[in-house]
Amino acid sequence: MFHALVAIKQVPDTTNIRIDPVTGTLVREGVPAIMNPYDAHALAAAVEWKRKLGGKITVISMGPPAAITSLREAIEMGADRSILISDRKFGGADTLATSYTLAQVIQAIHAQDPIDVVFFGKQAIDGDTAQVGPGVAVRLGWPILTYTIGIRNIDLENRRLVAERKTERWVEIVEVPLPAALTCEKDIAPIPYAPLPDLLRSLRYQPEVWTTESGHCTFDPNQIGIKGSPTVVYKQGTPPLPTPGEKINAREIGTAEAVRHALDKAVASGVLKSILGGA
Amino acid sequence: MGVRRFWAFIEQELGQVHPVSWELLGVARRLASQVEDEARAMGDTVAVEGILLGHEVEPIAHEAIKYGADRVYLLDDPVFKHYRNCPYAAGITAIARKYQPEVFLIGATTLGRDLAGAVATALRTGLTADCTGLEMEEVKGSPKKLLLATRPAYGGNILATILCRNYQPQMSSVRPRVFPMPPYNPEAQGEIIREDISISEEEAKACILEFIHAKGESVNIEYADVIVAGGRGLGGPEGFKLLEELAKELGGVVGASRPCVDAGWISYAHQVGQTGKTVRPKLYIAAGISGALQHKVGMQNADFIIAINNDPKAPIFDVADVGIVGDLYQVIPEMIQQIRALKEAKA
Repeated sequence: MFHALVAIKQVPDTTNIRIDPVTGTLVREGVPAIMNPYDAHALAAAVEWKRKLGGKITVISMGPPAAITSLREAIEMGADRSILISDRKFGGADTLATSYTLAQVIQAIHAQDPIDVVFFGKQAIDGDTAQVGPGVAVRLGWPILTYTIGIRNIDLENRRLVAERKTERWVEIVEVPLPAALTCEKDIAPIPYAPLPDLLRSLRYQPEVWTTESGHCTFDPNQIGIKGSPTVVYKQGTPPLPTPGEKINAREIGTAEAVRHALDKAVASGVLKSILGGA
Repeated sequence: MGVRRFWAFIEQELGQVHPVSWELLGVARRLASQVEDEARAMGDTVAVEGILLGHEVEPIAHEAIKYGADRVYLLDDPVFKHYRNCPYAAGITAIARKYQPEVFLIGATTLGRDLAGAVATALRTGLTADCTGLEMEEVKGSPKKLLLATRPAYGGNILATILCRNYQPQMSSVRPRVFPMPPYNPEAQGEIIREDISISEEEAKACILEFIHAKGESVNIEYADVIVAGGRGLGGPEGFKLLEELAKELGGVVGASRPCVDAGWISYAHQVGQTGKTVRPKLYIAAGISGALQHKVGMQNADFIIAINNDPKAPIFDVADVGIVGDLYQVIPEMIQQIRALKEAKA
């Protein structure tokens, strides 16, 4: 039986984030919280392979209680069990502390119910670091394939997985022993429509909640949250405003004249030298 | 008396160096010079060092010295022939434990990101992703200057400066083209130290069965001299044909803003911005791009920016050297004609 674990994160939909022009701070009100899109595709891939091989999917998410909605959504998409890892003591974790916390949870689950593959999204759209997946894999001592765009085979009998990962220069077909971890691109699988039974189940489903004291898993207090995070935010600000250049209106002076003016300035600055020769 | 080491990872595949490696050496040199006086006062020295893994790649180590490395640690072994996470992370972790670098910079490429998270975790230290500003500065409570790593967050709306106190190395990943290329000195002298680290194929935990090269044209917008980029204002995928024509005339490539990529008008390889590529061309032409912050952080280092937009209030005009308020479907064809005329006049 196949056991997939999918780690998801609830994130603010960054395409909707705005800055208050007066105070220069983030406007969070009205910004919807969503399941990180790459994680949703990672979960979709796990669901595809559960259909092929039989088995089950456990979904975990570290975050505030509000992340329950994403964990329910995971059930709707086809997960069997979902766990919220939530405690004030986990707050303020950077990627090192996050990878510790997730690795502890994954190890605790693995001890009871061995995991074959851990799925992550390639990165979260709020932090864009892509650091947690490889970090968790190092702690588990499992191989990791990042930027995975497709899984060719999961062979439970011979304990091998073959996947395609996309690098800047080519696509690699790589074989790794199980258990293994993957971080997934959107190409890995389309988001499935929720079958009615899963949809109905998700409405009533209560995700488990694991805290530092719930007894599911032990955590070293020095390795979680702010205490376990080597990096701290030293200062924060809005980017300096650039000094705008010249603006010309093609409707007023005519398109030909506007283009001539822009190209003259570009030529004068020397950036077209290699194309046009001379300055 | 100690050595304060500033490390740059030299990324190569099949003997081809990713130019971000040289950019990192440039940053490492600048950071080292910022602590030189402090180091001298404490009886320490500073060194810029390159970390190179591969198989039969020694010529690259010599190149690294010419780009500013005082010393290169070379892990040359068949197990490192192709990049794989486990052996690379294990090899680098071992030499980092041995030499205790103060700062360690890795390119934020697909390879570098895969590696950096693993190395930082194995070393139990902090890692700041995609830094756009790096400085060694005095920080209250620290006897030595620390690395202040600045990175855009929330789609570029916020600049956060991150500190890694009490942990070493202070690690950062840096996107290609954020920092300039350092000077190349063919006379530069340095040391190459071969490190003997054996990692078995078994420990490598991954076997690459095949490489598939992309069919058709591949774009490399990061190192293009001219980029003609399109946004939502194009109205549809056909608009890129026109931009392609202008790009061709200028010997450049086509870029795009995120909404066009999300809408499937053009492939992700063309995307400029926080979630796409950072670019630093000589000329950047933005057509029908409104100029969301997340786009601007990816292109504002271009030498010269021409923006074309219907909306006179579009934020893209804030970073443009010249902004043309007008219909791109009139402006771009006119531009193609005028550039042809300029080229003929010069010929």
